[in-house]
Amino acid sequence: MHDLSVRFDTDDGAVHAVDRLSFSLAAGEVLGVVGESGCGKSVSAMSLLQLLPQTARITGRAEFEGVDLITSPASRLRKIRGREIAFVFQEPMTSLNPSFRIGNQLAEVLRRHLGLGHSAARERAVELLDLVRIPAPERRVDEYPHQLSGGMRQRVMIAMALACDPKILIADEPTTALDVTIQAGILDVMRDIRERLGTAIVLITHNLGVVADIADRVIVMYAGRKVEEAPVHELFAHPQHPYTIGLLGAIPRPGAADDQGRLREIPGRVPSLAELPAACAFAPRCPRADDRTRSERPELRQVRPDHSVACFHPGGEESVA
Amino acid sequence: MSYADPGVLAINPRARRRRLLRKRFLRRPLAVVGLVLAATFILVAILAPIVAPYSASTTDFNATLAPPFAHHHLLGTDELGRDQLSRIIWGSRASIQAGVFSTLLAIVVAVPIGIVAGYYRGWIDPVIARLTDVLLAFPFLVLAVGLAAILGPSLTNATLALGLGAVPGLIRVARGEALALREEDYVRAAVANGASDVSILARHVAPNMLSTLIVQATVTIPAAIIGEAVLSFLGLGVQPPTPSWGVMLSDAQSYLSQAPRLAIFPGIAIFLCSLSFNLLGDGLRDVLDPRTTR
Amino acid sequence: MGGFLLRKVGAALIVLVLASMLVFVGVRAIPGDPALALGGENRDPAVLSAVRHKYGLDRPLPVQYARWVSLAVRGDLGTDQRELSVARTIVQRLPITLELAGLAILVGSVIGIFAGVLAAVRRGKPTDYAATTVALVGLSVPHFWLGIVMIIYFAVKLQWLPAGGYVPFSHDPIQNLEHMLMPAIVLGTGLSAVLMRQMRSSMLTALGADYVRTARAKGLSEWSVIGKHALRNSLITVTTVIGLQLGALISGAVITEQIFVIPGFGRLTIDAVNQRDYTLLQGVVLVAAAGYVVVNLFVDLVYSLLNPRIRVSGAAR
Repeated sequence: MHDLSVRFDTDDGAVHAVDRLSFSLAAGEVLGVVGESGCGKSVSAMSLLQLLPQTARITGRAEFEGVDLITSPASRLRKIRGREIAFVFQEPMTSLNPSFRIGNQLAEVLRRHLGLGHSAARERAVELLDLVRIPAPERRVDEYPHQLSGGMRQRVMIAMALACDPKILIADEPTTALDVTIQAGILDVMRDIRERLGTAIVLITHNLGVVADIADRVIVMYAGRKVEEAPVHELFAHPQHPYTIGLLGAIPRPGAADDQGRLREIPGRVPSLAELPAACAFAPRCPRADDRTRSERPELRQVRPDHSVACFHPGGEESVA
Repeated sequence: MSYADPGVLAINPRARRRRLLRKRFLRRPLAVVGLVLAATFILVAILAPIVAPYSASTTDFNATLAPPFAHHHLLGTDELGRDQLSRIIWGSRASIQAGVFSTLLAIVVAVPIGIVAGYYRGWIDPVIARLTDVLLAFPFLVLAVGLAAILGPSLTNATLALGLGAVPGLIRVARGEALALREEDYVRAAVANGASDVSILARHVAPNMLSTLIVQATVTIPAAIIGEAVLSFLGLGVQPPTPSWGVMLSDAQSYLSQAPRLAIFPGIAIFLCSLSFNLLGDGLRDVLDPRTTR
Repeated sequence: MGGFLLRKVGAALIVLVLASMLVFVGVRAIPGDPALALGGENRDPAVLSAVRHKYGLDRPLPVQYARWVSLAVRGDLGTDQRELSVARTIVQRLPITLELAGLAILVGSVIGIFAGVLAAVRRGKPTDYAATTVALVGLSVPHFWLGIVMIIYFAVKLQWLPAGGYVPFSHDPIQNLEHMLMPAIVLGTGLSAVLMRQMRSSMLTALGADYVRTARAKGLSEWSVIGKHALRNSLITVTTVIGLQLGALISGAVITEQIFVIPGFGRLTIDAVNQRDYTLLQGVVLVAAAGYVVVNLFVDLVYSLLNPRIRVSGAAR
């Protein structure tokens, strides 16, 4: 994916949700995309398959097996959606259609992409429910979404996404709306399928704990831009961008608390995306900000092997403080 | 990041909101057309004695059933030689009167009932809900026809009947609003501060339903205007020789083959009049209701 | 489910009883002595009191009401001024109006639902503006005037269709439909405008819903995304609107039948008022109210069948 930008035209002017984002994904890799809410994580993922409302203007390229997804006609995209690249959305409570049975919604994908017949599709739907560890799948398959708990529904969503053995699974905050214990179960399921089916996973989350748990490589996004990218161990061991350092400081874990025993938080708020200034977007909240940061935008550059960052004053916490 | 310009902050927020609403309204051409048209109809009704070229009952037996433009009659004359345009202008009085007053009546009756049901809940809410259902069970026109039969046919009684007909729907709207408003923080804060129910309802609940009520009123008016025309057409509203668009249509039925225009012009007047309020209502809804996405 | 059903039926019964009281009291409130109307030309006090006695008019109101209701429940609505059974007259006239209303609902929902879906799918495009504007015009046009205009054009000028009257379907189906075409269109216009607006807004809600995004992400064709996932959920809301529009439909039938000279239920209502026939009026209004209550009860049940969420959890919600 290269130089992807997404702009929304609203009544109150254009909003730049994603600004020239690039990343790549290898087969079987788990890529974590982290950042606070509203930083453009979900939007960039949805723009890949053109699932955004019509007010979105998408530019750039997103290549999948030699095909540019951004310029592809709708008919071609429909063959890729659900078949090659599948989605798991953030809201398990509303992402399933309330007026169709689970089995029907699962079978729909199978019939469409694999051309399965009615009974074969149903059989496979039961198998899929079993795969995501839903108990009594033969019974669940005939139930409506509202009869299932949030965790169950998210598993159904994952089962639906896995129905055609996609090459890429994009999971947008798959665990956010769920209890911690269920979160672990969902992550287990994802780890499992990656190992067994070799599916590449893009995991979008604001939870660095989840990323540390499952991802190979991490992208940190802030205000629609990528600010840091590194393999997961490298990032946790040597965070470079002050924002990343801030995020790491905000995870509850032993030692992260300050002298008063409170968790550190990043001061300030996420800027509105309506008018991004010609400066580092993080500058107003950054302890390292100086005149240059406030007047010029830092570009991404490599600072360590496999590790790039968009900051004029990169480095670990100790190197600056 | 932009901090609000202190000059903007200095203006009080209510004036700012009003300016914003006006800007949003003016950006909707159809709503503006509706407003201008509705205002014109109201003005014409008020100023009928001045703007009408003839009186409504002046007969000109030299020019009966005259076509438009003949004998200085812009829209022609009817079977008694009465000027069509003047009769339409005078007739607008009945329509506007019925439309506006029946809506006002309905609001005055329905809003307090709806507020009580929605704000207090308890036993009173289901009781009012059932009574509303009962009124709704009578088709509007059947109710109006029945009331006209009880009260006798006249414009005042038609207005009364139309107003009562609009009551159940408005009760539901007001109840829904009050139900939502009682959960608002400022209402809860007032309750916690020990404000009396009357002052809470008058100062916090009623004013905040205003925008919804305005929209509701603008869509009730055209329904009542058509309702008045229907009742007068059936002989249950305005009584001839007083001019009314419904009466004119009723009279015109005998001349459909000789002078179809007698039925066309009053109909166009009813249509434009109710369209203007509907356009206005739609525009206001878009502007005032933050829930509509556009 | 059982509790839900019972509550709905109970509420409907209460409404019916209250409505019947209102009808009864309302008709008694009409000025004039019903005995005078019933007694015809005869003003002799002895005859009048005999009439009063015969119709139970000399009894206290609650007793009269109880008698009326107990007979009405058994299908006896009394006799009108011409000594004809009110119930039988209504049974004769009602099918005509039901045919008219049925055709109008057909016309209205086909046009309304189709235009609403189209406008929602083409949101913000010329199709949307055209459909929305036409719906607004449809709402604003007085449909009885539309009827007059259609008569002027199609009956008087072009002479394609009869200007009014009624031919029973069993008598001549083609002629029956010829007579019903204009009235059905006139009556269906308002309904189609209301349905179009409702359909557009619930379709827009559905199209913005997460489950529609899921359906798209599954790679389903646009046809099954719109025609299956979005439409199913929007149609559920629209069914209730058709029920609520029934009142407007009956009102519309009253005036439409008047214009097209159709001897249906609506015309019967107006005749009852004009002739000051109290027994007839009270029967007609009661049947209209009961019809409204029953149809809306039915719509509620259909709604609960269509919406699995209510069907299962029922009273819990």
